[in-house]
Amino acid sequence: MEVTRALNGETDSGDDLKIRQLESQRMLRGDMSEDELEEYVRSRVLTTTLDAALTWARSNAIFPATFGLACCAIEMITLVGSRLDIARIGSEAMRASPRQADLLILSGRVSIKMAPIIRRIYDQMLEPKWTIAMGACSSSMGVFNNYAIVPADKFLPVDVHVPGCPPRPEAVMYGILKLRDQIQSKPDLGWRARYDAGETIEVLGTEGVSGGGRSITTRQHQPQMPAPSAAQFLKEASIAAAPGLVLPPTAGPTRA
Amino acid sequence: MTAPSKAEQAALADYRKLEESVTMSPIERVGESEELLTINMGPHHPATHGVLRLLVTLDGEIVRDLRPLIGYLHTGIEKTAEDKSYWKVIPVVERMDYLAYYFNSMAYVSAVEELAEVEVPKRAQYLRVIHMELNRIMSHLFWFGTSCLDIGAMSLLWYSLRERDTILDLFEASSGQRMHTRYFQIGGVAEDIPNGWAAKAKAFAEQLPGRIDQFRDLIYNNEIALQRLKGVGIVSSERLLELGVTGPLLRASGIEWDLRKAAPYSSYDDFDFGVPLGAVGDNFDRMAVRLSEMEESAKIIIQAVDNLPGGPTITDDRKVALPPRHELATSMEALIHHFKLVTEGMRVPPGELYTAIEGPRGELGCFIRADGSAKPARVHIRDSSFVNLQAIADMCRGSYVADLIATLAMLDPILGGIDR
Amino acid sequence: MPDPTGLELLASVVRSRLGEEAVIQTVHHRSHGTIEVEPAHVGATLELMRDEGYRFLSSVHGADHYPEEPRLAVHYELLDMNRPDRVNVKVRVHTDSPHVDSVAPKWPTADHQEREIYDLFGVIFDGHPDLRRILMPEDYEGHPQRRDFPIGGEPILFTHHEAEGEHYPR
Repeated sequence: MEVTRALNGETDSGDDLKIRQLESQRMLRGDMSEDELEEYVRSRVLTTTLDAALTWARSNAIFPATFGLACCAIEMITLVGSRLDIARIGSEAMRASPRQADLLILSGRVSIKMAPIIRRIYDQMLEPKWTIAMGACSSSMGVFNNYAIVPADKFLPVDVHVPGCPPRPEAVMYGILKLRDQIQSKPDLGWRARYDAGETIEVLGTEGVSGGGRSITTRQHQPQMPAPSAAQFLKEASIAAAPGLVLPPTAGPTRA
Repeated sequence: MTAPSKAEQAALADYRKLEESVTMSPIERVGESEELLTINMGPHHPATHGVLRLLVTLDGEIVRDLRPLIGYLHTGIEKTAEDKSYWKVIPVVERMDYLAYYFNSMAYVSAVEELAEVEVPKRAQYLRVIHMELNRIMSHLFWFGTSCLDIGAMSLLWYSLRERDTILDLFEASSGQRMHTRYFQIGGVAEDIPNGWAAKAKAFAEQLPGRIDQFRDLIYNNEIALQRLKGVGIVSSERLLELGVTGPLLRASGIEWDLRKAAPYSSYDDFDFGVPLGAVGDNFDRMAVRLSEMEESAKIIIQAVDNLPGGPTITDDRKVALPPRHELATSMEALIHHFKLVTEGMRVPPGELYTAIEGPRGELGCFIRADGSAKPARVHIRDSSFVNLQAIADMCRGSYVADLIATLAMLDPILGGIDR
Repeated sequence: MPDPTGLELLASVVRSRLGEEAVIQTVHHRSHGTIEVEPAHVGATLELMRDEGYRFLSSVHGADHYPEEPRLAVHYELLDMNRPDRVNVKVRVHTDSPHVDSVAPKWPTADHQEREIYDLFGVIFDGHPDLRRILMPEDYEGHPQRRDFPIGGEPILFTHHEAEGEHYPR
């Protein structure tokens, strides 16, 4: 019987396993030097940054808020059904309270009476939070281009738009999976940086939507950055602004 | 963050004051408790079906008064409909009561057909009946699932959604869309059904009563469900008639009024089906009536499929329906009709009328005023939920908050129809 | 639907009880009957219809006859469940004094429906227990369903506008 030793990865024979076992025994006995120990850890232990771990956890357990407005809500509830179960991708619990929800699926047409309420609910959600504008009515005006409804982009930032009237549950599922990919690839939630964030002010008056009535517009201001060290800390820890602020700095793309 | 300016602050304060200034009707102080608390339920609330806002005045846990506030889903559908030609109104109007889309389009289309004196071929009428009854079953299934979710029997949501998905597959096979199919066209239906569709529909309708029995087994033997539903939310049938309530709510209180029987439209008199009635008019009766209605609808579907006549699926009046494409190559008139219909739309002679059909929630009426042009001058849908909602206060006064939830579920409000 | 004779009989009942000038006209179109009455007599007409058997008020809805005057119309769709039969009572008012007596006290179903007509058309129902806007926000100005109210909506942003640097074309 021949005993051969070789570096890990350089041979693909069954000797690999023997080598690994011998190395483990040496490690446990405390016979390894510093460098050898580091090499051992690098090759065996799954390491990651806190960033990536948090992102992985967040993206695989997105709890939608039960926010059904109109017809798209029916298709959203069908998503909960057994054919296309969103529980299997992590959205096991649809939380009714916005404080406990991560994802706001705007399913349905947003009327001018409802828009401030949706904004308030969105503000109550804790960071990190995402929005999917489901269906044509919330993304653009949909079938109805008239005085009574508002596209969602006017008053809150939307991450994913899912077209359809109503979109098939498979389409919404695709949108949620796309959101999941977005979360995983952009762990610092850079939409605020993308949109050059400012704050949102509810403006009462007759501008904006024609025919009179209120409008909710977003205005761009110079972003109030916190002190650099705090920002650095926040970025590294990948935990965004604290909840409990009455008007957290939030954004939306500026329109006319 | 910059603070809002003084003017903006003042404007905000005014608006908040306006929001809070909804006056409640004066409530007499009742007996034991002097402490009445008015709270707001909704419009975002897990129990309200859609964006319904309720101002509830509570005395402890007992509801003393209730005021529904609506308008959070108002989409200006009727205004949009005035802007579109007659065909193009159909998808707009379908999206009102979003669980009864075939009924919305049927109400509108039959009103236009009456105004324009268009005859619908027999096959189209039968196809319409099959689709409408499938839609009725689907609407009741969804209602059943969400109501049981509200009263706590969550598992029934998945069972009813499963049946519902089969129906939506049928809709997808016949028209290409699961919801808001725009299948009904003025003069008939847009397309004939594919091969095998009728057999599938019949197979579904045949296995449905078994499933409904399974649902009944789950609910009727459940002590908690029975306690929550029996004897709760009773309103006398006279009061319901005064309030304009129709549909399963009225039938649950014992009044036999079904437009499919009283004023049959679209060949409903060819079919033999019953109209389930309730005895007491409580929440349990409302649930039982709807479950039985599903079985009756299944009967209608089986009869319609068995007797489905052949023939055209749309009228051959070229001023109303497109000519078949093979004619466009040979006939000049067909080409001109096609051109006029597609560019300008069909014209309807001036007049106004109101037609009503029996939707899943009650009388679904459509008032159309035509002024002779290609666009309707007024389209108004008398939505059943809009009128039925006025009964919620009477149903809930004097009962507990938990009963309010159950009663609201049994009322089956669909905010799309209420707010239009 | 009453046949033309039945409709004329109903109209004559109204004329005999409320006076000749109460009924403006009767229209029988596609087997649907409409009795148009003076706005002041609408409550009494509905009570007469109730006595004739039309005890269920199906629908109260409005229409705008712009540009014909009087512009704003209110329709009361009545149903007799026993025959069964429907009849429509119609009332027309001008925009400068759009007052109609409310029938909500006697017909509770008209409550929300009259509020909707007030909200969308601007017809003021005197005697309504709670006349407020129902579908539009409380502080909304204007009555959207009137035919001279603009349809509103967002202008459509085409890609070439964005490419040219414009946001929304005005």
